[in-house]
This record gives sequence, C-alpha cells and structure tokens, in this order.
Amino acid sequence: MSGDLAFLADTTLAIARAVPVTVGLFAASAVGATLLGGLLVMAQTRRGTRECARLWIFVFRGTPLLLQIFMVYYGLAALGPIRHGPLWAAFREPLFCAFVAMTCCCSAYIAEVCRAALAAIPAGQIEAALASGMGRWTRLRLIVLPQLVRLALPAYGNELVMMIKSTALASTITVMDVTGVAGQVIAHSYRTLDVFCLAAAVYLGLTGALTAALRYVERRLNPVEGTR
Amino acid sequence: MITDDPAPMLLLGFGPDGWGPALLRGAGLTMALALTAMAIGMVLGAGLAAAGASRVRWLRAAAAVYGLVFRGVPELLVVLLLYFGTPGLLAAGAALLGLADPGSPPAFLTGSIAIGLVSAAYQAEVFRGGMLAVPRGQIEAAIAAGMSPATRFRRVIAPQVLHRVLPPLGNIWQFTLKDSALVAVTGLSELMRVSLVAAGSTRQPFAFFAAAMVLYLVLTSASSALFRLAEARGMRWAGGTGGV
Repeated sequence: MSGDLAFLADTTLAIARAVPVTVGLFAASAVGATLLGGLLVMAQTRRGTRECARLWIFVFRGTPLLLQIFMVYYGLAALGPIRHGPLWAAFREPLFCAFVAMTCCCSAYIAEVCRAALAAIPAGQIEAALASGMGRWTRLRLIVLPQLVRLALPAYGNELVMMIKSTALASTITVMDVTGVAGQVIAHSYRTLDVFCLAAAVYLGLTGALTAALRYVERRLNPVEGTR
Repeated sequence: MITDDPAPMLLLGFGPDGWGPALLRGAGLTMALALTAMAIGMVLGAGLAAAGASRVRWLRAAAAVYGLVFRGVPELLVVLLLYFGTPGLLAAGAALLGLADPGSPPAFLTGSIAIGLVSAAYQAEVFRGGMLAVPRGQIEAAIAAGMSPATRFRRVIAPQVLHRVLPPLGNIWQFTLKDSALVAVTGLSELMRVSLVAAGSTRQPFAFFAAAMVLYLVLTSASSALFRLAEARGMRWAGGTGGV
C-alpha cells in the first residue's frame, strides 16, 4: 500500500513538472493563432488576398490537427530547403513544430469566429461612423473592436478550451507534455488507469480554470447582462 | 506542391508499388469509424440530453458531470485510456466472474467508442437545444386539432427540431471525422495510420501526408456539402422559414 502511495506521489510530481510544457505550448500557440487569425480576417477584406485566406482556412479546418503536426514535423523535415536551410535549427525541435502546427490550425478557427462576429455588427453603425467623419483607425478602435471582442468572446473561449486539449497531440511527436510524461510512466510501470486518470484530472483542472477565467472576463465586459 | 521527380507520383498511384488502394481503403475505414462513433455519440447524446432534462436530481448531475469530463479532457487521452485500459478491466471483470481472459477488444471497437464518448458530450448539448425548439403551445394546439402522436411528430415536432439541430450536428460530425484520426495511435489502419506507415516505409513523408490531407479534405467537404443539402431540404420542410 505504501508502495502504491509512493508511486502515485512520484507520478503526480512527474506530471506536475510537465504542466509548464503544456501551458507554455498552449499560451504560445494561443497568442500566435490569435495574431494570425486577425491577419486572416484582414486578408479577407481585400480582393487579392481573400482567396489565399479562404484556402488557408479551408485546408486547416478540413484536416485533422494530428496530420498537420506530422506534416510539419516529418513532412517539412524531408524537404530540402527546410532540411538544409537556416530554419532547420527550429524545425528539428518537436516543441516548435507542435507550436507551428497548432498556430496554423487554430488561426483558421479563430478567423472564422471573428468573421462571424464581424458580420453581427450592424452595417448601419459603420455607415454612421463614416458619415460622422471617423477615420479607419478611429472606426476600428471605437466602433468595431469593442463590439467584436464582446461578440466573439464566447466562441473564442471555446476555441481556447479546444486548444488546451489539442496540446496533448504534441506528445505524439515526442514532446514531453502532460500526456507525454503520462505515457512514459505507463511504459515502465504498466499502470494505465491511475496514471491516465491523473493526467485527465490535470487537463480538467486546466480547462476548468480557463473556463472560469473566460466567464469572469465575459461578465466584466457585459456588466448589464452579467448581473442577471 | 509535390516535387517534380516521378517517384512520389508512382508511389501514390495504383501501380504495383502504389499506395493508392491502401490510402483509399484507409479513407473508407476512417469513414466507417467516424460514422460508428457518430452513431454511438447520437444514442448516448440523446440519452444524456434526456437525463439532463429529467426530474431526478442525480440523473441531471450525472449528465452534467459527463459533459464536464468529456469536454474537458483531451480526446487523445480518452482514446489511449480506452485502448490501453480496457484489456486490464476486461481481464479483471472476467476473473471476477471466473471466466477466461477475453484478451484485448478490437481497435475499431475501442476507437469508435472512445471518439463516440466525446462526440456524445457535444451532441447532448445540441439535443438539449433542439428540445426547446417546439413551444408547448404548438403541441397542445396539435392535440386540440386532433392529430395522432405520429402525425404530431411528423408534422410539428420533427421538422422544427431537425431544422434547429442539423447545422450544429454537421459541425460535430466534422469534429468527429477529424478526431477519428486519433485512433491511428492504436494501430488501426485508417487513413492517418496508412499515411504514417507509407511515409515511413517509402521515406516520402511530405507526399503521403499531403495525399492524406487531400483525402481528408475530400471527406470533410463532401460531407459538409451533404449537410448543406439536407439543411436546405429541412428549411423547405419547415415551411420556408429560412427563406430558401
């Protein structure tokens, strides 16, 4: 029994040490995907770049993230310009490849979320802003962005929760995140159930904390509705 | 995209060295896996939605906990847990009943159940929304107009619920289809796994992952076109409220 306890304590410690990897991967790709997603939204407003943005969104939303991760880690590594080029130092790192794949994939979803929210802003408001002589940046800052943030937040939050869960896929390309460490512990202890449940609890804690934080932000941004 | 030397094209083709048939079989298995998972998720999701709306408090709580867990834990973990966890559980269960060790269940079964369990958590939400689609007054009006339960279902309930439920279900189908790629980690030779094996044995990972991407795009865009068709049909059925 004490052996069991010691094993669980050791495993908990090992998994806890991997939490920064999971959280770091999530945070980096969340920032990257949001920036790239914003770029995709902007690209869709111009005629020449619209088709590129649509194609990007179509490809990354239509294929599994696991396949994209393998494409970046194994597929790109087989290409000459990457293998022998200056980028090889970055692309040989599995963690970097997971970050690239997740950024590309989630940017497509975030762009769709933002597009839907933009479409929900009444056209009359933009016209009114134009009529009152607001410039492009003033319009964006005073009229579009405040509403965009509020309208997009629930769906954007869902994407962020999905992203935390998606970081587990990095373990398939040898990244030692929470899932990777759990798999390693199982490989030499053969105790599948308790170790995986421990890892699942960690993810539940992470997604739960994120959901709570998002709800708080949503309430703060919608003070009137939030008091219901 | 694919380099201009002919080897990858030959390897992707249907010749004696070609992986074309294997890739297509893999795509077929992916479809079967996703359909099975979607069906499992639909049955379980409907049950969860019913439990969530029930008057029994612990049933409601159980449905809520289920949703919380399966929407908060990575799909990969669920697949791994079911694949590596069930043989031990089955053996323990069999030992308890004094039976022989049944061995590990087939990867297709554990894979589709794992993806189905996750899909169910999301489908339950959709069905919960669908149940709100028909106001009580309409059911009462239908009863007052003398409609039989079957006519009521066909004329009043089904059109409105389907109309409301189809678009989000289409979304969940897309996720289920893409999640089915995770079952590759258990060695089941669906599309993801076949492309991985082919990439390894031919040393042409770029060509094979690109081919798998194209096949996944075909599957996802064909099924989304199908859903759009069904939605348009459903709108007409619901009396043209969607303006088709």
